[in-house]
Amino acid sequence: MTIELKVNGRSVSVHADPATPLLYVLRDDLALNGAKYGCGLGQCGACTVHVDGRPVFSCVTPVAAIGGRSVRTIEGLGTLDKPGILQAAFEQEQAAQCGYCIAGMIMRAQALLERNADPSEAEIRAYMRTNLCRCGTHMRILRAVKRAAIMLKDARTETGAVQ
Amino acid sequence: MMSPIPARLSRRGFLGATGLVVAFSLAGRAFAQQSGGGEGGAGPAVLAPDLPGSLKSHPFLDAWIQIEEDRPITVFTGKVELGQGIKTALIQVAAEELDVEPAAIHLVTADTLLTPDEGLTAGSHSMQDSGTAIRNAAANVRMLLCAAAAEKWGVSAINVMTTGTGSLQAPDGRVVSYREIAATMSLHVTAIPDAPLRKPSVFRSIGKELPRVDIPAKITGGAAYIHDMRLPGMLHARVVRGPSVGTQVDKTDIDLVAAMPGIVKVVRKGAFMAVVAEKEWTAIQAMRQLQAGAFRRVAKPLPGKGVVETLKALPTQEIVILDTNAPVAPAVKTVSARYTRPWISHGSIGPSCALAHFEDGMMTVWTHSQGTFDVHRVVAELIGLPQEKVHAIHVEGAGCYGQNGADDVSADVAVIAKELPGRPIRLQWMREQEFGWEPLGPAMVTELRASLDTNNVIVDWRHEVWSNPHNNRPVGAGGVLAGSEVTPGFPVPEGKPIPMPEGDGSRNSNPLYALPNMHVLYHFLKDMPIRVSALRSLGAHLNVFSIESMLDELAKAGGIDPLALRLAHMKDERARAVMQLAAEKFDWSGRRPGDGRIGSGMGFARYKNLGAYCCVFLQVEIDRETGNLAVRRVVAAVDSGQAVNPDGIRNQVEGGIVQSLSWSSREEMTFDADTRKGFDWSSYPIFRFEEVPGSVEVHIVNQPDMPFLGTAEAAQGPTAAALANAIADATGIRLRDMPLSAAKIKAAIGVL
Amino acid sequence: MRSNKKLMRLAAVAVILGAVGALGISYQPGIQPIARPAATSFDRRQVADGARLTAIGDCIVCHTVEGGKPYAGGRSLPTPFGTLYTTNITPDEATGIGSWSFEAFRRAMGKGVSQDGRHLYPALPYEHFTHVSDTDLRAIYAFLMMREAVHAEAPANDLIPPLGFRPLLAGWKLLFLRQGPIVADASKSADWNRGAYLVEGLGHCGGCHTPRNLAGGEEVSRAYGGGFAEGWVAPPLNGRNPSKEPWTAQSLFVYLRTGMEARHSVAAGPMGPVVRDLAAVQEEDVRAIATYIASRMTGTTSAVTSSEPVDRREAAAAQFPEAAALFAGACAGCHDRGAPMMGQGRPALANVTSIQLGAPDNVAQAILSGVVSPLDRRTPYMPAFGASLTDQQIAGLVNYLRARFSDRPAWQDVATRITDIRKSGEGR
Repeated sequence: MTIELKVNGRSVSVHADPATPLLYVLRDDLALNGAKYGCGLGQCGACTVHVDGRPVFSCVTPVAAIGGRSVRTIEGLGTLDKPGILQAAFEQEQAAQCGYCIAGMIMRAQALLERNADPSEAEIRAYMRTNLCRCGTHMRILRAVKRAAIMLKDARTETGAVQ
Repeated sequence: MMSPIPARLSRRGFLGATGLVVAFSLAGRAFAQQSGGGEGGAGPAVLAPDLPGSLKSHPFLDAWIQIEEDRPITVFTGKVELGQGIKTALIQVAAEELDVEPAAIHLVTADTLLTPDEGLTAGSHSMQDSGTAIRNAAANVRMLLCAAAAEKWGVSAINVMTTGTGSLQAPDGRVVSYREIAATMSLHVTAIPDAPLRKPSVFRSIGKELPRVDIPAKITGGAAYIHDMRLPGMLHARVVRGPSVGTQVDKTDIDLVAAMPGIVKVVRKGAFMAVVAEKEWTAIQAMRQLQAGAFRRVAKPLPGKGVVETLKALPTQEIVILDTNAPVAPAVKTVSARYTRPWISHGSIGPSCALAHFEDGMMTVWTHSQGTFDVHRVVAELIGLPQEKVHAIHVEGAGCYGQNGADDVSADVAVIAKELPGRPIRLQWMREQEFGWEPLGPAMVTELRASLDTNNVIVDWRHEVWSNPHNNRPVGAGGVLAGSEVTPGFPVPEGKPIPMPEGDGSRNSNPLYALPNMHVLYHFLKDMPIRVSALRSLGAHLNVFSIESMLDELAKAGGIDPLALRLAHMKDERARAVMQLAAEKFDWSGRRPGDGRIGSGMGFARYKNLGAYCCVFLQVEIDRETGNLAVRRVVAAVDSGQAVNPDGIRNQVEGGIVQSLSWSSREEMTFDADTRKGFDWSSYPIFRFEEVPGSVEVHIVNQPDMPFLGTAEAAQGPTAAALANAIADATGIRLRDMPLSAAKIKAAIGVL
Repeated sequence: MRSNKKLMRLAAVAVILGAVGALGISYQPGIQPIARPAATSFDRRQVADGARLTAIGDCIVCHTVEGGKPYAGGRSLPTPFGTLYTTNITPDEATGIGSWSFEAFRRAMGKGVSQDGRHLYPALPYEHFTHVSDTDLRAIYAFLMMREAVHAEAPANDLIPPLGFRPLLAGWKLLFLRQGPIVADASKSADWNRGAYLVEGLGHCGGCHTPRNLAGGEEVSRAYGGGFAEGWVAPPLNGRNPSKEPWTAQSLFVYLRTGMEARHSVAAGPMGPVVRDLAAVQEEDVRAIATYIASRMTGTTSAVTSSEPVDRREAAAAQFPEAAALFAGACAGCHDRGAPMMGQGRPALANVTSIQLGAPDNVAQAILSGVVSPLDRRTPYMPAFGASLTDQQIAGLVNYLRARFSDRPAWQDVATRITDIRKSGEGR
């Protein structure tokens, strides 16, 4: 079946069984690497993407459920040349060991900062509890999210607008 | 100098030249004879014992470094990136000794057609084996480049300088690029052991916190993992198994599934079954359908008893690790204790994945195994191909922390690819397959007894440890799951212990402390009721936990400060330095005394007594109402010799601390008679953000110009011990059986 | 309209209670405050007994606000009559019960009267606690007095006037408070009687599982006929329980002990904390509770359905094709054949009670907010789908599940119900 989607601001068309979880459509049909298969059970967050700005587990979100809502993946936050704020913060903090969980972490953190631009440490920890990391990179991830919040604040004060 | 060999000859071209093939194939036969070895897997044969690191096995410089016309300098390593930052560190080492910018280096990791075989990437050997080899090879190359330039310019070699930008400079200012000079000479020469190394005072790369070369792709959706590979015409596969090692799905309606639209094939080889489809989702649904029926257990029932009863019922082989005797003053206080840890899952966030392509009689396998060269041998034997018809290439997976499903999935995909020649196959294990089928970290038991004299000197030390082998890394088809499923099957090799000084169950059972009467005995248990293999730090996790807990128990018995007791018995200066630095940064002497809720503890070890030194102090807070444990702060100090990338060291130690806290306070794989009961994250919970410590600091003792020491596994044991010691300090409760859970703490506290 | 009916209901209640209260039984004297008892005055065994009994009563759940100190109160309890805030029952002398004598405590638990003589709202289920023996009350008192004293004032109650007028409660009690101990039934086992004592008393299971009348009292004639709590249906625990396979004492014990029973259910919503806290209770008592409740459920009749689990896969897919596709992609990975959960003792949807209930609320709650393991609340069993699925999609799924796994009548107005649940934010 042909399914129309809006992904990272672009309209795309895929041929997929409507029951296919969004994760596989993103990775296999659209060649987007960010969202990852970690469990397929909605327990680890490695597959986190945004649907209409809300963080969801793409591994248990059938592509037929998306409809006209917009999908955003880490590829939509920025690129190597023009990284988004969180991507820049994670790079500066070197917040990765194996890195497999990191794209999901960044998407989850992005959703947090869009709702709460200045979260406390406790708020970050609580919000990020959906995402697992086995390498133990948590401390750096927390630092990267805090750094991004500061960068966001600076960017806002500079331009007077929300980035 | 060697006679020049034509430029632009690639290494592959070299292999075709006569004479050299002999040297390499001799090495090949030597592999087959090896088993076990330093860290398990099959280690390569030693050809040049005087050379440092892996140069011993691969003494020719062009095995490591090639400088060719129109590409970056290529450096080859037999080690692989596991997320520990080894690629970046090796690039730094190579760039340093070649005296070029790191960006000028292109590093190629384990590839059976391109790189040296350095055995496993494990045991924290990478810097010691590969880093040392690359450093020395690069120093050799720099020396040869200088010599060649000197000859060209008619000057003395010691007056030729490297500019740091890939060029050489004569005293009179003439400049020539490495490439130009390299084209006139051959790097197919053996290294010399004492090529001059650059001094720490002029280091440009080593010791710098070069940003990790692999992170940018990982944070922008670049193709960074084996999971991201997409080959033309690729098919998606899923393997079909029961829920757990030793089970099989019962008869299922294979024909029905094979006829489903989009299914290319249902592969059956003996008990091995896999489904292959055009689309990944089709493969997943077909797998579910094939697994929908009942399963049955085809192996012996899983042990229904706890760790101690299970392990102590197994036949043992006694291996004496230490037996030292000296006259001492009489013992006045003796402490005996038994310590245990359960079976632990590697818990890789990304379940194992592999790709294979069988075309024109050649099987190419892409694998994230720590033993890429072993995969090559395993697949050759399993599929029945000559080794030269199998090409194994390492591509990064998720963190594995030892032998997870990586080797098995690589064998699985090769079996499938053989049945579908011409089509690349991508096989992804499911989460529950990773939990159910990967080898677990072995459960272990230790029993210690130690005594103090009237001066609080330790006069007697006894340590017995019971463990299965930790090294069951497949070196032949019998070591992978598919090897037992295809018919005829391959016999599962008998587990063997890794001998000291590395050890496996015995690892770190030999205390670094200067103790007069040490009796350390390894009860090696070769029968494995549960499938096990290496998990980060191997036996060091429990052995260090035991030693460091016992030291605190002795300190309490003797009324002496735990740090003071350790320092009184530690002669190794680097160990003392690391303990004292960590203590100072933690403010151990000013610490808040245990008050029923809050307490502090320490743990120390030198990994294998050969690797990095690591000391961990941590402070816990216990909720007496629930037994819940929060780690407020952790301070660690580590000595890794010459620190190549200090941030990389900190990252590894922080990670090891958090991981060990999760293992030691929460984790245990549970079983019933048929299956493992931990099959997803809800049934095998690990730390989430709210449980990680309030803060973790890692302080590095840099030792310029000292040998690199493996660091990745150094924190597991000390952290576990520090946790137990902090709990004891906080509450007076001494917990000896991991996981040190809230339930155990609460049971010991009782009702308030 | 809802608010008119509500107003009328309140008016009726107020009149009734007012009239009864006016009989003058509303006055209760204050009891002399005491100095907080010393920790050494309590026997350790008694405190340990109190811990177990308090776990059965599950005091901690209502008397702790999220993120707050245990037993320090402040949790909001929405009722049809307005919002109540739980009191601080730590032994703080100023803001808790530190100055309460045992007499005062016993009167509160047995008669619903505070130390100062004010009537307590039956959010404290004293119509159940009145059955608790003196020995047990002493143990609970000892336990509470040994907790950490926390200085915390609860916010003022926010009740619809005139229900804030406490003397009205005297009338309520006259109607609904039957004081005194449970009478043992000699024809039943000791286990059953112990269970009856625990369930009717401390356990106050009827507080959720019995329907309530207009005045908010339990309808004794329909005891355990089912109720509603915090956004979740509390299923009937009598012969009207709709589980495909009848609950037994053993299966109930497993459920209460582990939070999961493969042929029935997972403890979700308000049952999560119940199971969590029952973990501190000794096995015999949990078995006794299970025995008693199981006995109340014998005689399960189901005129409409057979007791065989139903799975009308094709028919439900034909009736709800879009939902069937959603189910395949969102749910089947855990909930359908071949899923790892199915081989590991997780309840199959065909067995799950919530799909058989008279209302779709529990199914909707689970889909919207997920299910957290009661014993280890850190790791969810089931993720939340509230962000990824729309109300329409969830309604479709709910209807699909009912059609596929139940032969009871379809639920009505499912989409509206889901929108309401989402808006109310209850049941998280």
